[in-house]
Amino acid sequence: MSDDSKSNPIDQSRRKFLKTSGTTAAAGVFSAYLPAYASSGAEPTYESEVARPTIEGAVPITLRINGKDHRLQIDPRTTLLDCIRETVTLTGTKKGCDHGQCGACTVHVNGKRVLSCLNLALMHDGHEITTIEGLGTPDALHPMQKAFLECDGYQCGYCTSGQIMSAVALLKEPCGPDDASVKELMSGNICRCGAYANIVAAIQQVRKNG
Amino acid sequence: MRIFEFIRPPDPVAAIATAAQSKTAQQGADVRFMGGGTTLIDLMKLNVETPARVLDINRLPFDKIETTSDGGLKIGATVRNSDLAYDKTVQLAYPVLSQAILQGASAQIRNMATVGGNLLQRTRCVYFRDTAMPCNKREPGSGCPAITGHNRTLAILGVSEHCIATNPSDMCVALAALEATIHIQGPKGPRAVAFDDFHLLPGSTPHRETVLEPGDLITHVRLPPPIRGSKQLYLKLRDRASYEFALASAAVVLTIASGKITQAHIALGGVGTKPWRSPEAEAALKGKPTNDATFRQAAEVALQGAKPQSENRFKIELAKRCLTHALRTAAA
Repeated sequence: MSDDSKSNPIDQSRRKFLKTSGTTAAAGVFSAYLPAYASSGAEPTYESEVARPTIEGAVPITLRINGKDHRLQIDPRTTLLDCIRETVTLTGTKKGCDHGQCGACTVHVNGKRVLSCLNLALMHDGHEITTIEGLGTPDALHPMQKAFLECDGYQCGYCTSGQIMSAVALLKEPCGPDDASVKELMSGNICRCGAYANIVAAIQQVRKNG
Repeated sequence: MRIFEFIRPPDPVAAIATAAQSKTAQQGADVRFMGGGTTLIDLMKLNVETPARVLDINRLPFDKIETTSDGGLKIGATVRNSDLAYDKTVQLAYPVLSQAILQGASAQIRNMATVGGNLLQRTRCVYFRDTAMPCNKREPGSGCPAITGHNRTLAILGVSEHCIATNPSDMCVALAALEATIHIQGPKGPRAVAFDDFHLLPGSTPHRETVLEPGDLITHVRLPPPIRGSKQLYLKLRDRASYEFALASAAVVLTIASGKITQAHIALGGVGTKPWRSPEAEAALKGKPTNDATFRQAAEVALQGAKPQSENRFKIELAKRCLTHALRTAAA
């Protein structure tokens, strides 16, 4: 394990490795299967000399994600979720049910939480999109990320980014002080591991600490 | 999902002109308006909806909530469900609407879903959502497997031998009780439709769910001036405490003077093939004292025409108790 893991509550080394190797594979071997890709005029999402195939019917769009503009060419069918994960390769946002029933894909659009699986990416040009990657960094965690760690607000972690995006949005919504009010407003985020009690504790910790 | 052309019409006129080219505005429409997308994108992924053109109407000027000159409320078609539910005027003067919306879906979906889209919310009947199965609503004439199949959550009021699909909306139940009017702009100009006339009973044409014709665009909903001193409540009963569709729900708006009900507006959800206004219950309440016998009698007449199937007979008693309890709570 690298020295990172000592100074940080999350061990980043495995994640870094996977991300690096995944990018290389995508550029070198699997590019033909990518549903969409960065347009040549914009900042490329990966460095490669491999010729990029054109996609029939692809349309241009500029998406502003975590404060950065991405000029993309996408199939009109691309959901905001698939665009974030597959095209922009920000994989912190998760795909659970893909039908608006689990909340794993929750992101913020113009400061409000939405389900990225039930949105078309094309609907969001000019909007300010925030994903879990835009919330905090391993060195400077968002208070909610810190609280989830401290309260053990997860087990497998798959629903966690959606839970945290929902929880952060909840802080600005009308919500009663009690646990029941928090549970009601978090009901759109399903956790199959059943970490609910600790998730509520994490949210209440952040709310109490202002 | 089938490929489609994504269009953002610059104004309502352009939107209507493009949508008017569709063969139908009902099931199978080849042009669809896209609001929040929470129903439409879901059904497009299932290939239940396969529009060739999708018109993004989110940037058209229908996003305001305004007080009207008569003291009522004008709610734009693209107003988000959460913005409507948390609106100060709605919370004070039309609390039943705020309560109904906040008991529906999840916070994320309420941030996305529009008022116009919620009016057009589609049934959750599993046979409608599964293209491998017959469904008269999805494919007219193919049959209704729900009648002899899984029908626990399906409708008991307004059903036909062709379709028993439940209308899943909570917002619509409150709008029915509040006597809202739906305003539509179409190729032939604007028109207003009373809430009760907007949704159609399935009859022999369950694929036709509303009065909308090709090119018809819902622009806004109007609420009449609030009834002074009215007591309002939305009660929803379901399999889990949150993020679930109603098995039975009731929206009640009561005015009471000297212990007697002077005016009652009653609508039921989760039990009807459309948002179910009950003039029978309203008549049974008017002029009567506010006691349990009155409330139970109103519930009895509201469910008089109920036609249960193999798995949903329990809904009759559940809906009666739901309405009785809602009336008792509102009147207290």
